[in-house]
Amino acid sequence: MSTYILRRLLQGIPTFFGVTIIAFLLMLSAPGDPIELIAFNPTRADPMATEILRRKLGLDQPPVMQYIYWLIGNDWTRVDTDGDGQVDSYGERRGLLRGDLGQSLKHRRPVGELIMEKIPATLLLTFSALILGYGMGIFLGILAAINHKTWVDQLIRVFTVIGNAMPQFWLGLILIIILSVNFDILPMSGMRDITRRNGGFDIAETAKHMIMPVFVLSLGTIAFISRFTRTELLEVFERDFVRTARSKGLTNRRVWWLHALPNALIPVATFIGQALGTLLAGAVIIEKVFNWPGMGRLVVDAVFNRDYPLVMGSVVIAAAMFILGLLISDILYTLLDPRVRLK
Amino acid sequence: MTTATTQIRLGAEAPKKTRTLWQNAARHILRDKLTLAALLVLGLMTLLCVLGPPVVENVLELDVNRTSIPDKFLAPGAAGHILGTDHLGRDQLIRLLYGGRVSLAIAYSASVMTILIGVALGLIAGYYGGRVDDLITWVVTTLSSVPTLFLLLIAAAFWTPSAELLIVILALLGWVGTCRLVRGEVLSLKEQEYIAAAQAVGVPNFRLLVHHILPNVLPIVIVTMTIIAGNLILVESGLSFLGVGVQAPTPSWGNMLTDSRSYFNIGTHLVIWPGVLIMVTVLCFYLVGDGLRDALDPRSSWRLAE
Repeated sequence: MSTYILRRLLQGIPTFFGVTIIAFLLMLSAPGDPIELIAFNPTRADPMATEILRRKLGLDQPPVMQYIYWLIGNDWTRVDTDGDGQVDSYGERRGLLRGDLGQSLKHRRPVGELIMEKIPATLLLTFSALILGYGMGIFLGILAAINHKTWVDQLIRVFTVIGNAMPQFWLGLILIIILSVNFDILPMSGMRDITRRNGGFDIAETAKHMIMPVFVLSLGTIAFISRFTRTELLEVFERDFVRTARSKGLTNRRVWWLHALPNALIPVATFIGQALGTLLAGAVIIEKVFNWPGMGRLVVDAVFNRDYPLVMGSVVIAAAMFILGLLISDILYTLLDPRVRLK
Repeated sequence: MTTATTQIRLGAEAPKKTRTLWQNAARHILRDKLTLAALLVLGLMTLLCVLGPPVVENVLELDVNRTSIPDKFLAPGAAGHILGTDHLGRDQLIRLLYGGRVSLAIAYSASVMTILIGVALGLIAGYYGGRVDDLITWVVTTLSSVPTLFLLLIAAAFWTPSAELLIVILALLGWVGTCRLVRGEVLSLKEQEYIAAAQAVGVPNFRLLVHHILPNVLPIVIVTMTIIAGNLILVESGLSFLGVGVQAPTPSWGNMLTDSRSYFNIGTHLVIWPGVLIMVTVLCFYLVGDGLRDALDPRSSWRLAE
């Protein structure tokens, strides 16, 4: 088991490097000189100082060296800051792999710090949506499978197909119009103010702000998981061991809950990593709709401000979370299904 | 004499009529009312968006880009503006039609491009295996471990693309799923005996891929393409909502919703209509995809409509 996990961890490494290459290439090919954005700060407007900074950050180097410096830093090597051909002082980067994601150009603060500040709100949103999505999805899936070929099944199918075909942000807007503007039941935004005012979470207030975004975000997951559960259940119902259980004279309820369901849910449960990734991406849009103070808004703003270090950092962090999610999925699979372990 | 009798006997034993997979599928779809309806709606929508704008412009004497501030936020049904006007006093109906042109053009062309890239790489990776496969698989896993929306957002914001460039970007970032699917199919097809037979008689690799493997992955590819087209409309709308998709003043169903958040008190109709059109179109693409899946895969046990 532990060797399997170790092997699986090692497999994640090339993927992670691939992601860093993508992030780096995006920045490299983006228009504009990053150092000018950094140096736009009035205190650093001096061209000589700008040049020194460029060298200290390694931005005068060819792309391959830039990539290596970005990854592992250049504070271990001496650089030639004044351009006289003599190396004189150490570089200023510590490197991605050593926890330094660089400085945000707009906020003038470490990227890692900024992301860590915003990530709790995003995780709150995505994990709540994940729980709701799985809970509702599995419930509806079971309901549809048990009532196969009846109107219940049809109704759930219509719901899932329509739920998938709607742009989520549009549903969010419609819900805001109905529930916030017309009926004034739920707040349409303002989560940002709560976190600012209280510094922490007021549970009742927070919950009120969460209802709409979490529901809207989880809709895709509900639709997908319910269809998935339904298919798996219907397939398991056909399997020999279910027939055996039936012919032993077990009640339908026992067959469903103790024999069919656990087997049907294995593939559904192992999908959790992908589901989380999808939700993280979906949160980017939903956060904008509801003015949610999370990472999504940070990324969108960073992209518009051409805040390259922040954009690269966010991509790497998001991908790292996604890779971790897939890893957990795989490990879960081997834990739940002994057949996989034997292969 | 003998040859004549054999022929007659063989003729009697042969099945009266053989149908190809495609003929079967066509018959299946003709009987599938829901899929037919979805196809019809899609066709009508496309026709309306392609042919409609000049007609509507002439009949109602409108111009898609004419702004008129005094006429802003007119409700649907106002004189000369069947679906009302937006925050700049532009007619919503004509903008929806022009927007549909853009959104549908993106859906159709980007899905075709996505499929072309995905199928080509999937065939190569699955058939040749080895180093090539390792490389393609690595790119696939890497690309699919970054949320695509992130990459699209960044690419779209850095280069502020035209609709044409957006299509290319969407295709370049969207082929991953198709590639993985096709690769899997090819891997299992490769084990089939008729492939071994073809290899044994010396059919060259390229011919084998195009004549013997491609036709067998085509059904699943066509189904995927329909679903992708639907997804693309959603992706375009999401990107436009974030402000990085199709840029104003060119209307698209997505960017017509961009500013809607700031004026839903006065312009509810501006939020509803583009969204409804997006939903209906995507729904039709999905339904056609489901219908095709049933029609093209006789083994498919999972039928959504029953």
